[in-house]
Amino acid sequence: MLDLLKGPIYSFQEFMLLMGRAFRNLFRRPHYPDDLWMQMDIIGVGSLPIVMLIGFFSGAIMALQMARALNQYGATSQVGPIVAITLVREMGPVLTALLVAGRNASGIASELGSMKVTEQIDAMRALGTDPIQKLVKPRLLAMCIVLPLLTIIADFIGLVGGYLISCPLLHLTTTSQYWSSAWRALEYNDIAQGLLKPFAFAIVIALVGCFYGLQTTGGTQGVGRATTRAVVVASVWVFVLTFFIGKLFVRL
Amino acid sequence: MSSADGGQEVLRFEEVTVRFEDEVAALNRVSFRLLEGESRILLGAAGSGKTVLLKTSIGLIRPSEGRVYLFGTDITELPEDDLIDLRARVGVLFQEGGLFDSLTVEENVAYPLLNQRHARFAPEEVRRRVIEALRFVELEHTLDKLPSELSGGMKRRVGIARANVTEPALVLYDSPTAGLDPITATTIMTLILKARDTKNTTTVMATHRYQDGYLLASYRYNPVTGRIERAPVEEIRRGGTKYLVLREGRLVFEGTQLDIEACDDPYVKKFVKRLQD
Ligand SMILES: Nc1ncnc2c1ncn2[C@@H]1O[C@H](COP(=O)(O)OP(=O)(O)O)[C@@H](O)[C@H]1O
Ligand SMILES: [Mg+2]
Repeated sequence: MLDLLKGPIYSFQEFMLLMGRAFRNLFRRPHYPDDLWMQMDIIGVGSLPIVMLIGFFSGAIMALQMARALNQYGATSQVGPIVAITLVREMGPVLTALLVAGRNASGIASELGSMKVTEQIDAMRALGTDPIQKLVKPRLLAMCIVLPLLTIIADFIGLVGGYLISCPLLHLTTTSQYWSSAWRALEYNDIAQGLLKPFAFAIVIALVGCFYGLQTTGGTQGVGRATTRAVVVASVWVFVLTFFIGKLFVRL
Repeated sequence: MSSADGGQEVLRFEEVTVRFEDEVAALNRVSFRLLEGESRILLGAAGSGKTVLLKTSIGLIRPSEGRVYLFGTDITELPEDDLIDLRARVGVLFQEGGLFDSLTVEENVAYPLLNQRHARFAPEEVRRRVIEALRFVELEHTLDKLPSELSGGMKRRVGIARANVTEPALVLYDSPTAGLDPITATTIMTLILKARDTKNTTTVMATHRYQDGYLLASYRYNPVTGRIERAPVEEIRRGGTKYLVLREGRLVFEGTQLDIEACDDPYVKKFVKRLQD
């Protein structure tokens, strides 16, 4: 039993070390703005279409599913608040994070993994560059900037999706009531939760991708393993964090 | 040329053991010294620990036991941050090439010039040096190519250019001819001799090919003819260039070309095939 736990605990410790080093270097020179810019482009612009698509459909599906239930209670005018609260608090951050984990935790892990097995990481260190600064920091920062923005976009597009189902299609409520009630329903608490989550997810996704990438051994096969592991672990952590952050806010 | 006496110490291993998670020692109590201007040939079969030894000597891998001194500094537990400054004085050609595949040849060779913390070069100076280093390996026409567009031999040559562009005091070559055809391998070896002998650079080369070691140990580059030629026997005997033979992480032999030819150890003998000239 203890032996079984040794691996994960060791990994977790290594992960924490990486996290510590990444944060310690956050404000230390040298900075690599070009790399940061490029990562923001890859993560942000690259993920935008799929995040918008999924955001739209999650809002639309939610409105569709809620329509019948709300109709039973004669509360169809409440569709706006329901879509808004569920999206902003939960669905928006989690779905966006899962998509970005699938797209970018894997991308980061495979990129750093192939650099590791072709000794480019060693070369970097040998040539006087700290891979934490040059590779991990730009990815971490880019993710922390971009994931909250993507989440906000997903939330908004989701509301639009909900609106298109509720008003033009099912005539559950009026346009102005949908938007004003949705907006009024959001409390400070929801927005705080909706922005804290993507921020926490961003840290986990970027660092898990980097961690498994930098740990890669065993040639090309190892890169495949690292990539798969990064996606699985990042996704699991997204749910674990959702639970704990949710719990934190429920107590409030 | 190489002198065995009086030079500054460049590298010293004291009873160095390196263990990975699986507990088998990749290096097992290895000790040796390397002085300024000298050369070492790390000879050994695949998996004997050559790469680990090279990486340990610049702190990319930390020893489990023993101590490593680079340029007289004990780097065994030196923080990465301080190591970076020492490593700036070392050039490395990695076995897998280690070229950054997102950067062009020019950017790759310029990398060590642009990323050293203390030296700041003007852009024209960087370009001049990069072109000079690439001309040295006869690849000045590939500036804008990506590594993926180059052949195996050309990648190694770019790697040699990058390793030497800062005119480092110590250059490490990890299996520079692995996976190359014999003609390209000779070209690469000629370049390594040229880099060593025109700038009198301290050199360590890992290889599993005795022919490579033989060239490094008993030939030298003649700048007048632009070819390599046999070094006089007195020079070989002086012992500036020595073989270090590794077997499963242990150092089993240390000596000159003359010593290795006379060695009785069966493992060493397996490498030493008399080469017809
Ligand atoms: N990062 C690592 N983790 C675990 N084992 C390693 C690692 N690097 C090298 N080894 C092991 O150390 C031994 C020596 O490897 P290496 O120095 O690469 O041999 P070579 O002489 O072919 O360069 C091998 O058995 C190899 O499996
Ligand atoms: Mg090797």
